[in-house]
Amino acid sequence: MKLLFWQPWLIPILPLVGGLINGLFGKRFTKSVVASIAIFFTGASFLAACVHAYTLLHSGADALETSYGTWISAGNFSADFGIYLDHLSLVMILVVTGVGFLIHIYSIAYMEHEGGYYRFFAYLNFFMFFMLTLVLANNYLLMFVGWEGVGLASYLLIGFFFLKDSAANAGKKAFITNRVGDFGFLIALFLLIQHFGTLRYVAVFDIVSHFPAETAAGFLTAIGLLMLLGACGKSAQIPLYVWLPDAMEGPTPVSALIHAATMVTAGVYMVCRSNAIFSRAPMALLAVAIIGTLTSFFAATIAITQTDIKRVLAYSTVSQLGYMFMAAGVAAYSASIFHLMTHAFFKALLFLCAGAVIHGIGGEQDMRKMGGLRKYMPWTFWTMLIATLAISGIPPFAGFFSKDEILWQAFSSPHSSKIFWVVGVITAFMTSFYMFRLIFLTFTGEYRGEQPKAHSAHDDHHGSPHESPWLMLAPLVLLGVLSVIGGWVGIGNRFEHFLAPVIQTVSTEQSVAQNGEATAAPVSEGEGAGESKGLENLLMAVSVLVAFSGLGLAWFLYVKHPELPERIATASGGLYRLVLNKYWIDELYSAAIIGPLVAFSRSVLWQEIDQRVIDGTVNDSAVAARDVSQIIRQQQSGLVRSYAGWVVAGAAAVVAYMVWMGTR
Amino acid sequence: MIPVSWYLLLSAFLFACGVTGFLIKRNIITLFMSIELMLNGVNLSFVAFAANLGALDGQIFVFFVMVVAAAEAAVGLAIIISVYRTRETLNVDRVNLLKL
Repeated sequence: MKLLFWQPWLIPILPLVGGLINGLFGKRFTKSVVASIAIFFTGASFLAACVHAYTLLHSGADALETSYGTWISAGNFSADFGIYLDHLSLVMILVVTGVGFLIHIYSIAYMEHEGGYYRFFAYLNFFMFFMLTLVLANNYLLMFVGWEGVGLASYLLIGFFFLKDSAANAGKKAFITNRVGDFGFLIALFLLIQHFGTLRYVAVFDIVSHFPAETAAGFLTAIGLLMLLGACGKSAQIPLYVWLPDAMEGPTPVSALIHAATMVTAGVYMVCRSNAIFSRAPMALLAVAIIGTLTSFFAATIAITQTDIKRVLAYSTVSQLGYMFMAAGVAAYSASIFHLMTHAFFKALLFLCAGAVIHGIGGEQDMRKMGGLRKYMPWTFWTMLIATLAISGIPPFAGFFSKDEILWQAFSSPHSSKIFWVVGVITAFMTSFYMFRLIFLTFTGEYRGEQPKAHSAHDDHHGSPHESPWLMLAPLVLLGVLSVIGGWVGIGNRFEHFLAPVIQTVSTEQSVAQNGEATAAPVSEGEGAGESKGLENLLMAVSVLVAFSGLGLAWFLYVKHPELPERIATASGGLYRLVLNKYWIDELYSAAIIGPLVAFSRSVLWQEIDQRVIDGTVNDSAVAARDVSQIIRQQQSGLVRSYAGWVVAGAAAVVAYMVWMGTR
Repeated sequence: MIPVSWYLLLSAFLFACGVTGFLIKRNIITLFMSIELMLNGVNLSFVAFAANLGALDGQIFVFFVMVVAAAEAAVGLAIIISVYRTRETLNVDRVNLLKL
């Protein structure tokens, strides 16, 4: 097959080149040069992604694999530097490069007054490189490289303001929490190697397609659960979600790109990529659904009470990721990826708008000190309103289509139970409520802040709340457009059909094992068309109704009766404090896990093992050597001639012995 | 033809001279010369056997010994100079800094 232009390695390498140039030499460049380099290489990467999308879609193939040589070869095992481009990775690279490109543009203006300008763009470009490696890899090992790489980039960017203790700690927290997940992922990889002898997607999925769905917990379930642990770490799901809200210490564009739109979706991507495994491990799948549902619900409740604009969005991200896991957990992988895509648009937009707000009022993040900003920053207001409508699931905005698809799948999927749907709908209500609470608190009413203090050395136009420069507004508008139309690709299940080649269908019966073939009867999701169509429309109406009632309640509480929330908060007392303090999960973790671990490390590992055993061994052997030498050195008289005498005596003895042996 | 044993006797005599000199003298340079004497005593027995057996091995060994001896002389003399500079003596018995 002749391909017009097929150099997929360009897509990840271009940002790497940009990152290297800026990282190594950026200190000497002016800000505009640094920004141009970063923009050029990300833009080129986006362009390359578009070209390859076109090529792939017109090649007639479902997936194209390109290998650039062997990376590791050990015994029967080998891993390639290979790129696997199918419809799933295509969606991912377009989202990563597209949203990433827009956020780069936004950052030019947003980061202008911050130190370490070149460092910021170098890190961002490195992040793009690793993220693209993650989604383009043709085997799990290379994916793991990207997986760790984005963790590193995320750590560097969360701790970007490293002089601030809270930022440095948040970076460490994110990194260490992710290690827990990575550990699970790594063991899953070992199990894959043990059972399949390869990590190449195509090979693994081909082998696994000969297995029937597990009815009892077997090794596929084990692999699935361990992968889920990895995904929980990266995608901030219960119990490893704690790092994401703290990650908001990073610059806002970072929150938008890494901690909302792209990196945190890596776990979702991984689960969907491994659908062949998960679909054969119903228990692992159920665990995915339960964790996703729980996370979406709990995070939404926390988001209701938060007052920091970025934290609301952070918990909202956790909650939306929970939706994606819920969808993946009911084997509706395409719905999950669909929501991933629309979420990338509107959540990036929300964060960028929040950044514009924070930027515009001089660094304040507390929503109680905002208000009435609509007249100061109309562009930000309108784009943020669009994003809010999208995330709340109000038609015809993007989030409506994807969220509705997820809820429908949760209701109707054979892998699902209705409880997921119920919780999902309640969460949708809360989502709509807390998002409009954010909008009303921020943009309506009167401005409650003080006259903002000037931030950094640049205070000529920071007198009062002001609109952002056009370089920041342009990405907002573009993302706003995407947040409106992004969901339309899902109309008539087109998105599902687009992703269909990626999803292996599994029959739940044993027949797969008997005929030994992968292609069991495909489960067509739209069967029994007439009746389920009506049901689907009914559920759609329910979710729209729920979204509007969330909006209404937010309006009632925060516009009509702004004194009510205070009263409700005091009335509910303990419950309110419980939620406000995020269920004391952080405190629980630090008391139950971190505290004992630190105490154990300090008393046993440090003072016993390290100081006594390891240092003791080294020191004692040194002392022993010294003592023995003390005795032996007596032999060293320092008289060279006496040494020579001993040598002669020794030689004479040898000669005598040989003569004696010779004469025997 | 001189019998090989004569050469060996001369060789043994040279070697013994070297050993004796090495053991009884104190001056480092004298010790050095004694070492050379021992080496050449050995060389003599090598060539004697080589001529006697009609094999070249012995002679080749002699070349090796001479090369090593030359190298040793260069390094050794450098050490001697350095020792003299720091200790201001050539008496081996007084070069005993490492002694307890």
